[in-house]
Amino acid sequence: MGGRLLVLFLLLFTLPAFAADLPHWPKAKGEACIASNEVMRRDHPDMLKHQRDDTMRLGIRGAKASLKACVECHAATDSAGKMVPVSDPGQFCQSCHAYVAVRPDCFECHATTPKSPVREASR
Amino acid sequence: MTELSRRQVILASGAVLIAAPVQARAPGEPASARSRWGLLIDTGKCSAECNVCVETCKAEMGLSGHDRPLTDAQYLRKVNVRDPATGAAHSVPVMCQHCAKPACVDVCPTGASMKRADGIVLVDRHICIGCRYCMMACPYKARSFAHEDQTGQQPYLPRGKGTVEGCTLCVHRIDEGRPPACVEACAAKARGAMLFGDLNDPKSDIAQRVAREATSRIRADLGLEPAIRYQGI
Ligand code: SF4
Repeated sequence: MGGRLLVLFLLLFTLPAFAADLPHWPKAKGEACIASNEVMRRDHPDMLKHQRDDTMRLGIRGAKASLKACVECHAATDSAGKMVPVSDPGQFCQSCHAYVAVRPDCFECHATTPKSPVREASR
Repeated sequence: MTELSRRQVILASGAVLIAAPVQARAPGEPASARSRWGLLIDTGKCSAECNVCVETCKAEMGLSGHDRPLTDAQYLRKVNVRDPATGAAHSVPVMCQHCAKPACVDVCPTGASMKRADGIVLVDRHICIGCRYCMMACPYKARSFAHEDQTGQQPYLPRGKGTVEGCTLCVHRIDEGRPPACVEACAAKARGAMLFGDLNDPKSDIAQRVAREATSRIRADLGLEPAIRYQGI
């Protein structure tokens, strides 16, 4: 009995030492997110999936959840005032996704900064 | 948050047409079949040297080329035509024709090619598998395939490797009540050859002109009923 308790104690107090460093990310621009951290952490993929179909297929704009709004709020600016893509290492989206070993494919297509420089049209 | 009901999906596919007066859409309201967005292009005002619409489209949509004109993404192009019998030459802007009966939607195996309730034909690239059936089915050569990884996308126009894309009629602008970028640029920097509006609204300029003047649709014989109309060809 005592031995088991000791093992449990050891496990509880030594576990954090094995865990990888928790991610740190730049502060968001807004006051508060659209839901609590717990909800956002767990449910943001579902929120975005519903919104994407509503917007894309039905043309419903201005929904509460939107990937564009995520990027607008969470993209940081570097010291030169340039927008840093949210999918860059250490940035908001990427730091958490790297920590939990998830690679979302949103950013293969979706803009990673609130505004992209309008390119010189190719000729 | 709304779920996509079966009814809404059918509505979005444009299968149900409701005739009602046109109203501005409030945020959160879905596109409806009350509107049918279209263009009237006067080729008499469009010169072969002018490329304002094409360049504006590329800039608006964040399209960049790889110096491969045959395969580079292109939503809008100028087609120079000439009648061999008379020598009459015209330069015609051609983009997705936003057909009422789009061949691309018919052939798409995944449902990615779709028509919004207001008649705008789009590719849902979340489910497009890049098979390119739609490109082969489209008689207007209006679709492109993204062959490379893409960067520098605009927030309102996601685009990525391995999917098909085409003119969206600037749906992101229309939903804000603004005209397509090419139309705006042609009016501001060229000769205003394009008129944008709601073909279903009898009070709109476009509906009145279409009712009054002779207009044509390219390959009208195919019966796809495009929303893009031309004058002068
Ligand atoms: S390429 Fe995409 S949109 Fe075109 S037919 Fe295939 S799945 Fe449909």
